[in-house]
Amino acid sequence: MYKYLVGLFDDEEPLLAAVRSLKNEGVKIHDAVTPFPVHGLEHALGCKETKLHTAGFLFGAFGTTLALSVMTLASVVDWPNNFGGKPAFALPSFIPITFELTVLCASIGMVVAYYLRNNFSVFADTEVYDERLTSDRFGVIFNLADFESEEEQEKLVSKLRSLGVVETKIRETRNYKPNYDEQAP
Amino acid sequence: MSGYTSPVRDPLITGSKTYTDISNDICGPVESPPTPLFLIGFLISATVAGVGVLSIAWTIWKGIGTWGLNKTIGWAWDITNFVWWVGIGHAGTLISAILLIFRQKWRTGVNRAAEAMTIFAVICAGLFPLIHMGRLWNAFFIFPYPNSRGGEGLNSLWPNFNSPLLWDVFAISTYFTVSLLFWYTGLLPDFATIRDRASGLRRKIYNALSFGWTGTAKQWQRFESLSLILAGLCTPLVLSVHSIVSFDFATSVIPGWHTTIFPPYFVAGAIFSGFAMVLTLMLIARVVMNLQDYITIAHIESMNKVILMTGSIVGVAYLTELFMAFYSGNVYEQFVFQNNRIADPFIFGPMMGVPAAPYWWAYWAMMTCNVISPQIFWFKKMRRSIAVTFIMSIFINIGMWFERFVIIVTSVHRDFIPSSWSYYSPTWVEVGIYVGTIGIFMTLFLLFCKFFPVVAIAEVKSILKSMGDQYLAKQAEEDKAETGIDYGLGGASPAFRKDKDE
Repeated sequence: MYKYLVGLFDDEEPLLAAVRSLKNEGVKIHDAVTPFPVHGLEHALGCKETKLHTAGFLFGAFGTTLALSVMTLASVVDWPNNFGGKPAFALPSFIPITFELTVLCASIGMVVAYYLRNNFSVFADTEVYDERLTSDRFGVIFNLADFESEEEQEKLVSKLRSLGVVETKIRETRNYKPNYDEQAP
Repeated sequence: MSGYTSPVRDPLITGSKTYTDISNDICGPVESPPTPLFLIGFLISATVAGVGVLSIAWTIWKGIGTWGLNKTIGWAWDITNFVWWVGIGHAGTLISAILLIFRQKWRTGVNRAAEAMTIFAVICAGLFPLIHMGRLWNAFFIFPYPNSRGGEGLNSLWPNFNSPLLWDVFAISTYFTVSLLFWYTGLLPDFATIRDRASGLRRKIYNALSFGWTGTAKQWQRFESLSLILAGLCTPLVLSVHSIVSFDFATSVIPGWHTTIFPPYFVAGAIFSGFAMVLTLMLIARVVMNLQDYITIAHIESMNKVILMTGSIVGVAYLTELFMAFYSGNVYEQFVFQNNRIADPFIFGPMMGVPAAPYWWAYWAMMTCNVISPQIFWFKKMRRSIAVTFIMSIFINIGMWFERFVIIVTSVHRDFIPSSWSYYSPTWVEVGIYVGTIGIFMTLFLLFCKFFPVVAIAEVKSILKSMGDQYLAKQAEEDKAETGIDYGLGGASPAFRKDKDE
């Protein structure tokens, strides 16, 4: 069993302010969960920049190469056709398919990378910190392993209260939930 | 007051909604049992789809001979419907991709449903070229893979990479796949919202659909990055798909098709017809599903502006095409326009001294519906009228169908040799397939409305602070208290507030 302290806010602005002030004080925050993207939250938490765009570029480059090489192999090497004396390597007419395959490979590759990186699965054993966090609550999460003594925990809760938390609760989960750092770039 | 509220735009979320209200309103239809209205609609759509399935089955069983095609007219109703459906599929990705890049906030109210329509429309579109092949079971021949059809070894028979028809295969399948990925990824957080409100089997199903989404900071960071890049990739993709569809015609040497104006003209037409279809369905859905607070008159007006813009581009393209036919001095091109399209029996035919064109009514139906009627949207009152918008959207759907029919059939039915001139009219099988695809489209759309969140919950929440009516009113009050001037909803201009901050 893993134990987490969940501080629930009813708006995104107090959450963002709280995360910033806790970070300033050097309090260890495990994660933050919101029903929609809150701009600036990932910077406040200190998340590293995602590398998804690099993956997208590489998959796109693969698509370009695949399209050009298959078309060249087919219509120049394997079976050149004579269309009124025009060159077999007809780059202008290869452009549409090259473009489409670039987009296709970049998109599929990026989406697959996204799903894998987030450990998404149809069989996911999902344990949410709180049911309302996908609807109307904004949560800041602390790993209680970082706040072992009761004194520390009480201090944290009263600190959260002063920052405008509307509710705090302790959530036990079967699975360890990686924090924003361990969720990797 | 934090965040930016717009001083000039109408609120995009009305009814003083809170985050809780938004979840309740949009998840409501998914969580409640189907209404009698839904069941009736579903039954009718499924029956109509059944007619389509039977007609397709009959075509495959008997062959393309069941259609009204002949030696002169090899493309007609099927390709008309193909292009019509692909065009309808263009609004969704335009709204979700291009408008995301332009940061248009009104897209959040309609993007989910419009993207769903894109996917369903492309499914309907894809059916036509497939069954047009006649031997559906050989459809995989269009894909380039090493095969033994050419002889020994790798000596394979490849598809012709110089052919726009093959480009189309790649364009349509890429468009479908990327739209589907984009749409589904956007659905993950909203499926999670439904999951977290549910219990038992429903929870399990929506958990699987949401892929275990939880909404952590890292997930959202990647989500935002992914959406932006997919939008960036989809933007040229949307423009490329209908350009490539237009190449099917433009690269041939048929008078009436052999025109360089086709790609931009087709793209504008596609967006035009796509928005018309989105309006037709969303005007009904917003009332039936009680979404007036999320799909407001401001949304409808914005879409009508896009319709006016693209409709006018299409109008200019029609006139340019006409002028170029005259100005080129090419008698074949002139013949197509003068004798096959414009010459009606009442005004232009007698004026030009030309007998009535066999399809004059199709040309003039297209002109009336697509060029003349959308001009009504220059008037703000008309753009904001639901009745006018609904009637116009139907007009445009009809007009854009006729556009494709005119381009395809009037160009080929009288070719270079008068002895092979012919006339085309559809058989019941073709009508059945067309009506059937409308049934398939509606069935899928109704299922989507019942089981999926019709409005992007997370995205609407993210614009609540800047476009919700209560926040705009609050800003107006604050500014009034400070300056004594009543600026109306949204308050003073951002420049004023910036000065104040400094």
